[in-house]
Amino acid sequence: MDPSRVDFPPGPAGAPMDTMTMLDIRNLHARIDDREILKGLDLTLNAGEVHAIMGPNGSGKSTLSYVLAGKDDYEVTEGTATLDGEDLLEMEPDARAAAGLFLAFQYPIEIPGVANMTFLRTALNAQRKARGEAEISTPDFLRLVKEKASDLGISQEMLRRGVNVGFSGGEKKRNEILQMSILEPKLCILDETDSGLDIDALKIVAQGVNALRSPKRAMLVITHYQRLLDHIVPDVVHVMHQGRIVRSGGKELALELEASGYAAYGDAA
Amino acid sequence: MPAVQETVERVRAIDVDQYKYGFTTDIESELAPKGLDESTVRFISAKKNEPEWMLEWRLDAFRRWLTMREPTWARVSYPKIDFQDLYYYAAPKAKAGPKSIDEIDPEILKTYEKLGIPLRERDALLGIESSGGSKVAVDAVFDSVSVATTFKAELAKAGVIFCSISEAIREHPELVKQYLGSVVPVSDNFYATLNSAVFSDGSFVYVPKGVRCPMELSTYFRINEKNTGQFERTLIIADEGAYVSYLEGCTAPQRDENQLHAAVVELVALKDAEIKYSTVQNWYPGDAEGKGGIYNFVTKRGDCRGDNSKIAWTQVETGSAITWKYPSCILRGDNSQGEFYSIAISNGYQQVDSGTKMIHLGKNTSSRIISKGIAAGHSENTYRGLVSAHRRATGARNFTNCDSLLIGDKCGAHTVPYIEANNSSAMFEHEATTSKISDDQKFYCLQRGLSEEEAVALIVNGFVKDVLQQLPMEFAVEAQKLIAVSLEGSVG
Repeated sequence: MDPSRVDFPPGPAGAPMDTMTMLDIRNLHARIDDREILKGLDLTLNAGEVHAIMGPNGSGKSTLSYVLAGKDDYEVTEGTATLDGEDLLEMEPDARAAAGLFLAFQYPIEIPGVANMTFLRTALNAQRKARGEAEISTPDFLRLVKEKASDLGISQEMLRRGVNVGFSGGEKKRNEILQMSILEPKLCILDETDSGLDIDALKIVAQGVNALRSPKRAMLVITHYQRLLDHIVPDVVHVMHQGRIVRSGGKELALELEASGYAAYGDAA
Repeated sequence: MPAVQETVERVRAIDVDQYKYGFTTDIESELAPKGLDESTVRFISAKKNEPEWMLEWRLDAFRRWLTMREPTWARVSYPKIDFQDLYYYAAPKAKAGPKSIDEIDPEILKTYEKLGIPLRERDALLGIESSGGSKVAVDAVFDSVSVATTFKAELAKAGVIFCSISEAIREHPELVKQYLGSVVPVSDNFYATLNSAVFSDGSFVYVPKGVRCPMELSTYFRINEKNTGQFERTLIIADEGAYVSYLEGCTAPQRDENQLHAAVVELVALKDAEIKYSTVQNWYPGDAEGKGGIYNFVTKRGDCRGDNSKIAWTQVETGSAITWKYPSCILRGDNSQGEFYSIAISNGYQQVDSGTKMIHLGKNTSSRIISKGIAAGHSENTYRGLVSAHRRATGARNFTNCDSLLIGDKCGAHTVPYIEANNSSAMFEHEATTSKISDDQKFYCLQRGLSEEEAVALIVNGFVKDVLQQLPMEFAVEAQKLIAVSLEGSVG
C-alpha cells in the first residue's frame, strides 16, 4: 500500500460544492523543545463536516490539537492555520477560543474550589466580552445550563462541585461536552474523547456530540479506535503518521484500519 | 518565550504604582509635633480630653517602651524606622464633636466615595437604611479621629455600646479600665507598648449579657496624613451569652515614605459569648521597586475568658509593604473555641509574616486554623503559627491547614508552625501544602476563553474558597474582587 495515496475529497454526501472552509491547515510544522512533531501537515475542514483523525501513538494527533489551541510548549516553525479565514497562529489561546475553537481535552483539568457552574459562566462571559457581546443574564444562563446538563445526564450536584474535582472519567468527558454545548464553538476538536469511557458513557457522549453537529460547525475527532466512529459517524477519515496526514478516505477507512492496524504506516517510516 | 520567563518579565513590569486608592485628601490637619517623648504622650492625651488615669496608663506604657527593642524574629526586612521622625497624632481640623452627617467635612465623604466604599456602608454612614435589609454600622476612622458614628440609637436600644475608644474612655471609664490591656498587656511587645502610649483612636464595642448585636459592626480605616504613624486601639467585649460580628476594612493613599501602623485589637468573650472579627486589609503595598508602602505591625488577640465562648478571626490581607500580624486566641474558658481563617496575598516586593497563636488553657478547648498564602512577584509570604496546650488543658484539640500557592518563580512561601503540647491528651493535627498554579490549569482556562488574569484570579479564588466562605456575605464579594485586583499583573 502506498502510504502517500490520498483518496480525496469524498465530502459529505450531497454537500454543496462551495462549502465554507472552516479550518484550513497548510504545511504545518511544529516542535516541542528540539523535536519536530508536525512535519508539513495539510488539512481542510468545511463547515458542516466531521473529520476523524486516526493514527498510532506518537503520530502527533494530540500535538495537532494543542498547536491549534495555542498551548505554550509548542513552537510552530512553518506553515499556516486559519479558522474561518482568521489566522489562528497569530492569536492568543483565549482569542482562539473566542473566535470559536474548542478543544475537548483528553484529560480534563481539575480546578479545586471553583464551582463547575462558575467556570462555565466565567468562560461564556469572557468569550462574549471578547466578541463585543453583552454578558448573559443570570436567568438565561441558568436556563441554558439546566437544559444542556439534563441532555447529558449531568446532575445539579455535579454543577456545584469544583471543576472536574472528584469526577469519574465518564463524568469528566460529559463535562467537556457540556462546556462545548454551552460555548457553541465553530470548530470542535475532540481529543481522544472516547478514552476511559465504557460503552454506555460513550453513547451519552456521542449523543451529545451528534446533537451539536450543524451546517455551521466543523468537528475534528481524534481517536485511536474505530468504535467511537460507530457513534459519531465522520464524513472523512484521515490517517496521521509521523506528523502528517498520510491517507484520507470515507468512514470505511476507519473499518479498514480497525482490521489491518497501523502497521503498514509504521513500515513506511 | 518560555512561559516562566514571560511571567518573570511581566511581574517586573507590574505597575503597582497605579495603586487604585493612591490619592490624598486635602483636609487641614492638626499635627502633634514630630517625634516622641513624654510631652507627645501628654499632648495626645490632652487633645482627647482624657482623664488623669488614662494619661498615667499611657505614660507608664511609654516608659516601658523606652526600655524595649524592636523584635527581629520575623522573616521581614526593612530599613530601620526612626521613631523620632514620625508624627504621632493627626486629626482633621473639624468643628468640635460632629453630631450629624451635615457637620462632616464633604472632603471626607468624597474620600469614602473614591475608596469605593460600597453603597451600603456609605448609606449607613449617611444614616440611610440599606435596601438589602441588612444593616451595617460604620464607625469611620479618618486618620486618627472618629468622624462619624452611625446607628448609635438603634444599637443603644439593644444596649450595645459602639463608639470611638476616646469616647468610651470619657463615657464608660469603668468598662475601659476593666478591660483595656487585659488581653494585650501594656508590656506585651514593642509595638503594642508603643500603641499603648500613643494610640490615637479606634473603636469600642460592648455587647451586654444575652444580647445578639442586631447588625454587623464595621470600621473603615484610612491613613491619610503624610508620615503619620497610625496607632489604632480597638476593644470589643461580648458579655455572657452575647454575640457580635465586627468587620474591619482598610485602604490607604499612596505615599513615598513608609507609613507605620501599629494597631492593637483586644477581644474579650465571656461565658457563652461569641465574637467574629473579619478584616479586609488593602493598604498601599509599595511601588514596583518596593518603595513606599505601609508597615503594618499589629497585635490582635482575643481572650475566650468564659466557658463555652468562641472567637473567630477571618482576615484577607492583600496590602502593606510589611505585614507582621498574628491574630490569636487565648482559650481560657472550658470548651472554648478559637478559629483563624486567613488569606494572605503578596505581590511586588511585599513581605508578609502572619499567622496565629492558639493558646489552649481550659479543658476541652478546640481551635481551627485555615491559612491560605498566595505569593506572586518578588514577594515573601510566611505563615507563622503557634498551637500550645497548657499542662492542665485536657482534651485540647487543634486542626491546622496551611496551604501556599506560588505564582511565578521569584517569590517565596514559608510555613513555620510551632507546636507545644504539655498535656498528653492534646490532639493536634497539622496539614501543609505548597503548590504552583499549573500551566495545565491555566491553559485549560485560556482554552475556554478566559484571559490569563481572569484565569489566575479564578484559580486563586478557588484556592481560597474555604476561607472566603467564613466572611460575611457582602464582605466576601468585595474580598473576591480585591483578590483579583491584588494579583493584576502577576502573570504574563
